[in-house]
Amino acid sequence: MEHILTICYLIGSITFILGLKMLSNPATARKGNLIAAAGMTIAIFGTIFLYRDEAGNLLHNYAWIFGGLLIGGIVGTLAAKKVKMTAMPEMVSLFNGMGGACAALISFVEFGHIAKHVQEGLPVNTGSLLTIFLGLIIGSVSFAGSMIAWGKLNGKVKDFSFTGQHIFNLALFAVILGLAGFLLFNITVANIYLFYVISFLALLYGVFFVLPIGGADMPVVISLLNSFTGVAAACGGFLYGNKVMLTGGILVGAAGTLLTILMCKAMNRSIQNVLIGSFGAKSTGAAAGASPQGNYKEISLSDAATVMAYANKVMIVPGYGLAVAQAQHTCHELEKYLEEKGVEVKYAIHPVAGRMPGHMNVLLAEADVSYDKLLEMEEANDEFKTTDVVLILGANDVVNPAAKNDPASPIYGMPILEVEQAKTVIVNKRSMKPGYAGIENDLFFQPKTSMLFGDAKAALQKLLAEIKTI
Amino acid sequence: MELIQHILRGVHNHQEMFYIVILMIFLGIEVIGRVPSVLHTPLMSGANAIHGVVIIGAIIVMGEAQSDNYIALILGFLAVILGTLNVVGGFVVTDRMLEMFKKKK
Repeated sequence: MEHILTICYLIGSITFILGLKMLSNPATARKGNLIAAAGMTIAIFGTIFLYRDEAGNLLHNYAWIFGGLLIGGIVGTLAAKKVKMTAMPEMVSLFNGMGGACAALISFVEFGHIAKHVQEGLPVNTGSLLTIFLGLIIGSVSFAGSMIAWGKLNGKVKDFSFTGQHIFNLALFAVILGLAGFLLFNITVANIYLFYVISFLALLYGVFFVLPIGGADMPVVISLLNSFTGVAAACGGFLYGNKVMLTGGILVGAAGTLLTILMCKAMNRSIQNVLIGSFGAKSTGAAAGASPQGNYKEISLSDAATVMAYANKVMIVPGYGLAVAQAQHTCHELEKYLEEKGVEVKYAIHPVAGRMPGHMNVLLAEADVSYDKLLEMEEANDEFKTTDVVLILGANDVVNPAAKNDPASPIYGMPILEVEQAKTVIVNKRSMKPGYAGIENDLFFQPKTSMLFGDAKAALQKLLAEIKTI
Repeated sequence: MELIQHILRGVHNHQEMFYIVILMIFLGIEVIGRVPSVLHTPLMSGANAIHGVVIIGAIIVMGEAQSDNYIALILGFLAVILGTLNVVGGFVVTDRMLEMFKKKK
């Protein structure tokens, strides 16, 4: 019967690879997700019914296993079905944290067995102990970090940093590694408790790792923690000699790391820089120091409507404000109406607009906006020169010219949408408050720019009504 | 010296595992290398669901726990719940995101 389990795991591994591959293509993405889910189901049920330990015994405690599966399954499905589009990034972060906690708990239980060996004076397998430590540390960091990222995204946790925090973080990390390394070769009855110290410190590190990192970095952090959890899962694979855990975990670890690097590149920053977390600390300092206050002008609804209705080309720049207001459907209506009037309408999508890469694409796809209307940053920057009106909907940092002009700015070097090349810029925001990265935006004070205050959805509805009267 | 020998022996005894790790690292990078930015969020979410494979470890821990070892039972039970949340929630959220892409090609 073990042969069948091997086949189950083989199928699982293949579906994970195929699933990831298909997820990278819009036409096959949904099928890819379902295929990976099917492979996972086969691997899970194969394990429950066919797994044998070294002595050849089947698993027991079926009531507990199925109870856990049932509770987790129901809660997971409900949470995933109920969550609003705007809260999806938080949800991913939360689920990621659950995976990390799961890996850490496995290490806890397995360490319990090792501790027993130590107490009975039996030899300890250093290899197993190493994977237990790795699973514990990576899983705990991922869990604590994901919880903080989740709290930050829904506004419950504020940015927090103190001077020398990155040195503190590095020191904390060194202490964790030092303790684990020491315990690995010198474990005795007297120092077993150090394991719990390590797990506490790893949780603490996860918290301090994410706390100082500001909004613009949250997508990068979630992607990074995602790949951490992948590696934690792979540690379990090493521990049990389980190849499907190993393939799935490493696959996600590698893919997640690449995705993280791609995102860092989009913001022109290095991973070390994000990891040490100096960005958040610097940005608060700079925002307080250099905040250019100037005069901005407001535009009335009827003026805005006229400018847009008589334009040849309108470019919409969506940001988090659009997501918060759930304004994607109204936005699509406005786009359709303008197109009927002969205005060319396109969307300029910055890779890190919103709270996650691709966030805007998902939102606009929900409202049935067609693919070919969504321009990526380079294309959009070529087209701004010939654009009459740029309508910015709740985007801020991704259109901040400071990224190009001001070497002192914390976002200096990040590629932006160069909206100031267009003839007119209309900015819809709820207020003059700075964006998520906490930096003032010069764009709002430029003569070309006019402000249209209000919630994105309400403003768009009024704008649409106004345009219809022309 | 002893330490190096120990490590080398470990690698030798688990060489197929190390082969898998190396191949999967390259495969993981290759497979998503050409992903359009449209799919970054669903891809991250899908990958998130796939690392939920850690649930298998949780099931093994749970299934091997002695019925008088309450700490192992409770921790294992918790691990199964959390792992299931990761897997089921992850796949369902990803599906919901991708549902919105259905009509267009």
